[in-house]
Amino acid sequence: MENSKKYSLRFILENYALYIIMALMILIIGMMSPKFFSLRVLRDILMQSSTRIIVAMGCMFILVSGSADLSGGRTVGLAAVVAGSLAQKSDYYIKFWPNLPEMPVIVPLIAAILIGLMVGLANGFSVAKLKVPSFLATLGWMMVAYGANCLYSNKPPNNSQPLGGFLKPFTDLGTASFLSVPYIIFIAIGVCIAVHILLTKTCLGREIFAAGSNSEAARVSGINVFKIQMITFAIAGACYGLAGCLEAARTGSATSTYGNGYEMDAIASCIVGGCSLTGGVGNVFGVFFGVLIFNVINYGLTFIGLSSYWQYVVKGLIIIFAVSIDMRKYHRND
Amino acid sequence: MQESEYILEMNHISKSFPGVKALDDVTFKVRRGVVHALMGENGAGKSTLMKCAFGLYHPNEGEIQFDGQPIRLVDTRDALNYGIAMIHQELQPIRTRSTMENVWVGRIPYRKMMGIHWVDDQKLYSDTKKLLDELEININPRTKAGSLSASHCQLLEIARAVSYDAKVIIMDEPTSSLTEAESELLFKIIKKLTDKGVAIIYISHKIDEILEIAQDVTIMRDGKIVGTWPAEALNTDVIVKRMVGREMSNRFPTKNHVPGEICLEIKNFSSANPHSFQNVSLSLHKGEILGIGGLVGAQRTELVESIFGLRRIKEGQLLLHGKETCISKPEDAISNNIALVTEDRRLSGIISKFSVMENIILANQTANPNVYKSGFFLDDRKRRADAEKYVDALSIKTPSIKTIIQYLSGGNQQKTVISRWMLIDPEILILDEPTRGIDVGAKYEIYCLMEQMAMEGKAIIMISSEMPELLGMSDRIAVMCEGRLSGVLDSKTATDEKIMFLASSYQYSMEE
Repeated sequence: MENSKKYSLRFILENYALYIIMALMILIIGMMSPKFFSLRVLRDILMQSSTRIIVAMGCMFILVSGSADLSGGRTVGLAAVVAGSLAQKSDYYIKFWPNLPEMPVIVPLIAAILIGLMVGLANGFSVAKLKVPSFLATLGWMMVAYGANCLYSNKPPNNSQPLGGFLKPFTDLGTASFLSVPYIIFIAIGVCIAVHILLTKTCLGREIFAAGSNSEAARVSGINVFKIQMITFAIAGACYGLAGCLEAARTGSATSTYGNGYEMDAIASCIVGGCSLTGGVGNVFGVFFGVLIFNVINYGLTFIGLSSYWQYVVKGLIIIFAVSIDMRKYHRND
Repeated sequence: MQESEYILEMNHISKSFPGVKALDDVTFKVRRGVVHALMGENGAGKSTLMKCAFGLYHPNEGEIQFDGQPIRLVDTRDALNYGIAMIHQELQPIRTRSTMENVWVGRIPYRKMMGIHWVDDQKLYSDTKKLLDELEININPRTKAGSLSASHCQLLEIARAVSYDAKVIIMDEPTSSLTEAESELLFKIIKKLTDKGVAIIYISHKIDEILEIAQDVTIMRDGKIVGTWPAEALNTDVIVKRMVGREMSNRFPTKNHVPGEICLEIKNFSSANPHSFQNVSLSLHKGEILGIGGLVGAQRTELVESIFGLRRIKEGQLLLHGKETCISKPEDAISNNIALVTEDRRLSGIISKFSVMENIILANQTANPNVYKSGFFLDDRKRRADAEKYVDALSIKTPSIKTIIQYLSGGNQQKTVISRWMLIDPEILILDEPTRGIDVGAKYEIYCLMEQMAMEGKAIIMISSEMPELLGMSDRIAVMCEGRLSGVLDSKTATDEKIMFLASSYQYSMEE
């Protein structure tokens, strides 16, 4: 009896530790500042999380397929600037493309996704064909993306200034609401659902998992691992592109430093959410939750007036804690 | 102090994993200076028991005594300090470092100078040299472990075990990747060790081998001990009967299949790698089992993997039903109804994180995705139906088809991989060491499957390093040596000696 009881307590701790911590944190923050329990706060946290969620979804594809991706953040930045430069009002005083007419919102959106897709394909080609280890390939393309972004932003008449003066339909994408729920939350949740379906309900999804956990066995079984890697990097890139566009729309601005550090946050969220760095493991719900826990920390600590520098300390500790719990789980058979 | 008769005693050991009771009240005693064979079908609990003795697993119940004293093993370091060493195939040497560093890793001799520990290279070399000479192992201590053959790696592990001054050495299927000549060398070393009073616990599925070298034999079944007997009191039939718990009249099914017309032909096949196979020509008939024999390093695996499109060839033709066909990747092979069960199950066979179901349907789902879809999405019912069909047909022992495959025993994993390929209904099935590391019962089931497929007119290529298997299953036996085809024998007239002669014939000609 004693034994089974111990086992079940341990089981709960191992499997739901993060949820328990998050609940505790929300409770503590709420006790210190009861206004924390409001729909407005929930909406704000979700809005702040939304682009991060999309980046993390892209990142999850890469982790599940057994690679790593460092290019996410800079791709977000590049996509944000490109999208912004195509979405400015014609009377804005330093218009990026002075002669460009005002265009429908779909144009910057598509452009951003295409930019992300291109970076993704470059990553994929380097990893799958040129056999560059993904950590290095994406590090390289991350630098290229950042450099390209700086060069682009520096083009006269912009000269590296933040882009602004976006058209209303464009900013609406990031700020307007339907039934007081911002569009951007719908988009993020939509991406999550699409990714979940793709990974669990389609052949492609299962092939990604197979290639990620044992690429050699997958290859022998007739799975085109090259194609799988290209597709996963392309999807991830498209996610980053979309996130970049939404980030510009949400903040009403874009500079070449946008997205800096997002890739690390995304990787951390994925790991905390149950993905494995060795590939083949990952689920949308966990990653969604991983992103949320970091943003609750961000928002909550600021809410109770703690210095934002504490966020880094808490976030770092949570990563270490989450992974150590996960490791215990996998080595339970000892 | 009274010296106990037994060097190692394991009393009333029980060990459970979630959902499985792997060891149930097991008592196992090893005498000093004997070879004690531990036998049983896969999943009988042999490896689990040994992992408990080596400190890798901690038993839930029971006690372990070493030299008459109860001991507690927290980890493998404890075991090694007591003098219990284990050699298992999964433990690979550090490939980029020299043999001597591998032997002494963690305990490299040093000289202290200016407060810094400097590696004492000379002592390292001479200690290793002495150790290897004593065991008559012919390896240069400075050779990088990565360039050693599989058998030499095994010997390196043994040398390491001896270097710990081990009183008990556990060997988990040490000969499964060795050729017969290499095994003989291993037996010599084992003899030398037992003469010095070292006890060897020897896990193997090869009964002949065990009857040759073991003094005591313990047989396990379903996590329990069946019994311990002196080896003289046993013979093959008795061992098999006690292992499987039922009568086994034949080791091989009777051949009823009849070879038909030629379906696959390779002509002048040469690998893109100049050190691999060259100029091999072979034909394969429908309803035929073609064995490929040879020593380790004969490039047999490389040959079949090239046929399957996993490796590149420099030149040569491949004819399917007389038509020249280009196979440059596995997808091409699969669409031409060729299947390959690879040699290394863990490396390129199973997807260990996937369920049994997903492992079974993997290849077919890729080749014929529409079978498993309803509309745009995968239909779990169809996937489940196919998986269940093969779990039943091959009697794969698994709690459910959703069980993660790494929790299954080796034989059941192998059956899962075979069913993956049966599902695409291949015309040509290539099996690379299909029964390596599999117990007798599962072996027989796999032989029956092969026979049944040959009856259905499928052509089978089987690489095997086990002579009885080659002779018992094949219609013809192609023997390779150092990348060349040294001959094709009819199994009716083939003998062990003829195969061994061909398998080493190029070596002879090179020595002359």
